[in-house]
Amino acid sequence: MRELSLNVLDIAQNSIVAGATLVELSVVEDTANDRLILVIADNGRGMTSEQLEQVRDPFYTTRTTRKVGMGIPLFRMAAEMAGGELTIRSTVGEGTVVTATFGLTHIDRMPLGDMAGTVSTLIRLNPHLDFVYRHKVDDRSFELDTRALREVLDDVPLSEPDVMEWINANMAEGLLPLNSQA
Amino acid sequence: MKSIAELQAIRDKAREKIAMREGSHEGIRIVVGMATCGIAAGARPVLNAFVEEIAKRNVQNVAVVQTGCIGMCQFEPIVEVIAPGKEKVTYGQMSPEKAVRVVTDHIVNGNPVAEYTIDKLLK
Repeated sequence: MRELSLNVLDIAQNSIVAGATLVELSVVEDTANDRLILVIADNGRGMTSEQLEQVRDPFYTTRTTRKVGMGIPLFRMAAEMAGGELTIRSTVGEGTVVTATFGLTHIDRMPLGDMAGTVSTLIRLNPHLDFVYRHKVDDRSFELDTRALREVLDDVPLSEPDVMEWINANMAEGLLPLNSQA
Repeated sequence: MKSIAELQAIRDKAREKIAMREGSHEGIRIVVGMATCGIAAGARPVLNAFVEEIAKRNVQNVAVVQTGCIGMCQFEPIVEVIAPGKEKVTYGQMSPEKAVRVVTDHIVNGNPVAEYTIDKLLK
């Protein structure tokens, strides 16, 4: 992975496979504490403490097609090599929260990359699910919540090309004033 | 800011388009591999290129959907094009540029791009 936003996209796929109806993605850039915090929270089926132990292992996967699962180990490596860590909290029946922290200015931290592209891809591929994207840079913030859009759109799917265009433009405009350095 | 009023106008226009599409023929499915291997190899920009090109050309009845890892990670990003009544075409090592060509040649004009297929990569 060349961008952390691709790791976020990858981890969010796990949430979708876990049957989540709501996936919340959050990016916090805290310059005072030199931290970048990425959170992927879902309301999917969650994991038992046993599964949670195994998820560290690249050779653990719930898939039956192959024997490896690299998503979490890659994300953990990206965090650890940038002076951060990866933590997972999970409750069966309630959901999972994956939190990765990074040294914001750490030399080995991968760039965040195109977070709007990740969010756009997730919405486009899963128009029946809800996504919240919160991005905070110190005291400036942006939020996109598909539940609010759905209220306006009524029966029109989020994946309609014109709707996606609005969503992309909304993110581009909303993120610009954050002046993200990540 | 992109306003909610604007979104309401988009909704009303989209409703008309959806009504027009109803009852038309069964569509083409574009399936993009979005597992760790696909994403790491660049599936996200490939997918977005498909979505944008389809929207730009106003091609109707095309569904862009995702799949997991199909076990040929070395050929990711992999994209399958499934047209009703035709054999599935599997493209490998896709790029946004190749995606644009697949939309124009294959999706719009019905001619698969042989040189981008997995079959070709295997030779």
